[in-house]
Amino acid sequence: MCTYLTEKIAVAGSGKGTAGWIPLTDATVYLDHPQNAPAEHTLNIDFLNPARGPSARVAVELTADSARALARAIEATLDSAPPGLA
Amino acid sequence: MNEALIAETVSITGHDGDEIEAYLARPLGVDSFGGVVVIHHMPGYDGGTKEITRTFAAHGYAALMPNLYHRDAPGASPDDAAAVARAKGGVPDERLVGDVGGAADYLRALEGSNGKVGVIGYCSGGRQSFLAACSLPLDAAVDCYGAFVVGQPPEGMPLKVGPIVHLAPNLSCPLLGLFGADDKYPSPDQVAELDKALTEAGKAHEFHVYDGAGHAFFSVNRPAYRVEAANDGWQKIWDFYGRYLAG
Repeated sequence: MCTYLTEKIAVAGSGKGTAGWIPLTDATVYLDHPQNAPAEHTLNIDFLNPARGPSARVAVELTADSARALARAIEATLDSAPPGLA
Repeated sequence: MNEALIAETVSITGHDGDEIEAYLARPLGVDSFGGVVVIHHMPGYDGGTKEITRTFAAHGYAALMPNLYHRDAPGASPDDAAAVARAKGGVPDERLVGDVGGAADYLRALEGSNGKVGVIGYCSGGRQSFLAACSLPLDAAVDCYGAFVVGQPPEGMPLKVGPIVHLAPNLSCPLLGLFGADDKYPSPDQVAELDKALTEAGKAHEFHVYDGAGHAFFSVNRPAYRVEAANDGWQKIWDFYGRYLAG
């Protein structure tokens, strides 16, 4: 689709990239052409730590169906957690 | 033509006098040549677009692709740099024009240049090719499926780019447009609207809309690749640049 349409959120946690584990501070979510996935459009998530430079990034490119399944799985997991854990 | 060429990374002076990285491919054994500024797609200054840049050199043109994301992530891999550029909201139009202008100046200054420079862009670069040709003195422009030259972005989308069809009267050179009939951005209706605006402005242009092709049909390493459209599109490019840029 070729747009800069992007949802940006602040996150807290860690991710493992090419340089090992990094603390994560930001995430961007967008639907656009993937770099690598064999699909014309994918739901892409970049987990980032901009203070550590462009390579401090953990990237995923998911088909729309699998991205929705992931979102449901995350919500279901958090909803079913014992009280006080999530 | 023997298709001999040399390709290298160079530094050029872009918008605001900034030194930015660029990929240059030049033909060897050719006395006089035209120039082509290659505008990469949104995924960035990547291997696929460098291959395209070399293809122009193999066909007798000096081709230069500025790294539009260089300022955002100097030295980073193309995909990481594209992610940074996206997070920052993309390439501002003013900066794009300055960088393409700097690339055009670099090409005109090459020994052997015939003084003619064209531009070509893919995906987001298609819109940027049109923008550059409406903002700079150029000799030929190619827009490969550029979205949002025409058409308001869908409601609710916080896009950083807006339509620029109103710039059509400023187009400085002939425009070749190559589009896919199955594309949604730009849609065939939007392509027709740009066609109409250029006709009304009295601007030389030729558009081709390929059946069975969508967005990014030139990308050989993506599922969007459509061999018939791409092969014919390349032929249209050689014919077009042959008329307006060739040595």
